[in-house]
Amino acid sequence: MLEAEFLAKPNKKPGEKGKVKTRFLGFSFKNKKILRFTLCTMPVSSASLGYAFAIVWVLEQRLKGKNMQLMRIFWLILTVTVLTAMNLSAAELTADEVIAKANQAAYYAGKDGRSTVLMTISDAQGGTRQRAFTILRMNSDDDNQKFYVYFTAPADVRKMAYLVWKNVGGEDDRWLWLPALNLKKRIAPGDKRTSFVGSDFLYEDVSGRSPEEDSHELIEVTDQHYLLRHVPKAPGTVEFAWYQTWIDRQTFLPMRAEYYEASGERYREVEALKVETVQGHPTVMIAEARDLRSGTSTRNAFSKVEYDLGLKEQIFTERFLRRPPREVTR
Amino acid sequence: MFLKKTSIGFCLGFCMISSAAAIELPALQSDLHGFLDARYGQRLQDDPHEDDQILAEARLQLELSRMGDWATLQLKTDFYYDDVVDQDDIDLEEGTGWLDLREANLSFSPQAITDIKIGRQILTWGTGDLLFINDLFPKDWPSFFSGRHVDYLKAPSDAALISFFPEWANIDVVYTPGFDADRYITGERISYWNPALDRRAGKEDIIKTDRPDDWFKDDEWSLRLSRNLAGYEVALYGYDGYWKSPAGFDPLANKATFPRLRSVGASIRGNLGKGIASVETGYYDSRDDSNGKDPLVPNSEWRGLLGYEQELMQNFTTGVQYYFEAMQDYVRYRDSLPATVSSKDEWRHLLTMRLTWQLLNQNLSLSLFNFWSPSDQDGYLRPVVAYKITDAWQVSAGANFFWGEEDHTFFGQFDNNNNIYAGLRYSF
Repeated sequence: MLEAEFLAKPNKKPGEKGKVKTRFLGFSFKNKKILRFTLCTMPVSSASLGYAFAIVWVLEQRLKGKNMQLMRIFWLILTVTVLTAMNLSAAELTADEVIAKANQAAYYAGKDGRSTVLMTISDAQGGTRQRAFTILRMNSDDDNQKFYVYFTAPADVRKMAYLVWKNVGGEDDRWLWLPALNLKKRIAPGDKRTSFVGSDFLYEDVSGRSPEEDSHELIEVTDQHYLLRHVPKAPGTVEFAWYQTWIDRQTFLPMRAEYYEASGERYREVEALKVETVQGHPTVMIAEARDLRSGTSTRNAFSKVEYDLGLKEQIFTERFLRRPPREVTR
Repeated sequence: MFLKKTSIGFCLGFCMISSAAAIELPALQSDLHGFLDARYGQRLQDDPHEDDQILAEARLQLELSRMGDWATLQLKTDFYYDDVVDQDDIDLEEGTGWLDLREANLSFSPQAITDIKIGRQILTWGTGDLLFINDLFPKDWPSFFSGRHVDYLKAPSDAALISFFPEWANIDVVYTPGFDADRYITGERISYWNPALDRRAGKEDIIKTDRPDDWFKDDEWSLRLSRNLAGYEVALYGYDGYWKSPAGFDPLANKATFPRLRSVGASIRGNLGKGIASVETGYYDSRDDSNGKDPLVPNSEWRGLLGYEQELMQNFTTGVQYYFEAMQDYVRYRDSLPATVSSKDEWRHLLTMRLTWQLLNQNLSLSLFNFWSPSDQDGYLRPVVAYKITDAWQVSAGANFFWGEEDHTFFGQFDNNNNIYAGLRYSF
């Protein structure tokens, strides 16, 4: 639900982006400008089709049953054109539109949501550590969101809670609840590309990376996926030079993400290993992040996923840090 | 004495309930957690007034919570063996003996906008980092200075916390029927400056105090109004009670006293630039010395702090604070003081810096907290290293270094207590 990054077989090797032809509707486009032009002109083409229908219909009325053979050919051509156009319109999304839909599917499903997460962190030597927590999420205005993360394991962080008011386009407000001190500690906004609770997932994987922060490019459309490449608009603020995601064409869930250094070295992967539909929302049930340099990996198994619980905004306040709500304790 | 015994019985009763509940765990839908913690701390220099050991203890904390339909019961009890301080008497107020009841409370919501928590509980508010202005809930200074986990800086209160949540603000009222003093420096574990003796003193000169202890008469009220204004947390505070550590002196009884104190204050905290900034202030009205003429009762004071914290790089956070105490009626204070007694400055300035660095997938944490007072010319350095061996086992080590130009200043008085310590904890 909340971490949705993805799975799909990459059908090309990283770093070969320039050599790959873009395929669309079975046609190969060597030049993406042509594809872009084709996609952009689709709405105009659709309008033209309407006119074409009208003309053929008027023509048939004028002919009044004469020359039926000719009319049949006209109708046939029109029908084929329309079907083709419909097929086209299903796929005629720009990179920005795909990423907007993916962002919605991965981080904004329903008005609110809950998920229990069992996080297993494996180090290169095979040792594992576990974290268990429940996340509540609520969408508020302007794509802003509030998150409540309640830890149940390991024992030393039990009953700690982490509260985030995500402000799109600004710094998030974050607090940590320390039950032993009965203290709501404000946390400095900080680098969102920092590890979340020592795992291979980053804060940004949990709360989402704003689509505004990267420029997106549609590289390829396969039967199953949109392949996008994302380049940060402010390269100095992130550890990657670029990353690419495979976004499912049906669910718009990102199924796989790969992060690259400027040298072209791939150093990090995030993959959705299992997706289920919950209350009509395709939801990632198992996700894995891998740090290819250190050899560590983290697997998140989601359970008790529920959407539209009717969460109240007051849950995301100090009152319910002190007194954890039923939604996280049950 | 009777009260003391009653509370022991009460507490033992609680502990038995805890054990019984643990056995029937699934049926009660409750869970038993806690930790085992062993710690040892050693002085780095001879202290004529204290042992070389500053800390030698094994501690078992058991925590039990039970959530019912209308209320939640929370119990947290420490059983411990302490080799440094004599453990004959259990005193739940001071946390001495072999048992320290940290929490025993019941919380419930009688109305949609009201929460109540009654019983023994830890209370904290305010914006300072290891500095407290409007948080006048009890602290445990010997624990803090001797190498216990920093959580033990907060001592429990026996109180009722009543919180109201109307649309426009959060209102917290804390009523403490019997005054809960700090667990202050008595000389038992930590040597200190004794102004009456005009020298450093330790376990042979345990501070005798006259503590207000009439329930419902010697009580405390704490109040906070808080709300969030566009991401900034704004709060107003009030307190009516007593100086939390024995700040006064009664020469006839030869006892330290807890003079009356009333305070008002305010704070604001929010994001500023790449970090968080906080401002807090409070006025301490020392009601037993309102004109500042009594040398045996502290004068009224203004206190304030400015803080800023920022993550400088990934997993590396730094925080700085400036704090002051400004004594009111300073001239009268000086005039009232015998010439031989060392006087305090009108202004006490204090700067703090915290560095926190998390390494090895946040399993290793290095932290350094430094207090430095340019006016008192003293300071206190707290380095702590903690490593999580597994999810259950944690090893930690640290030190408490005090220094000062003079023997009587706040940190300077402790400079025979410099110590290093190590601890091992198993959490379950």
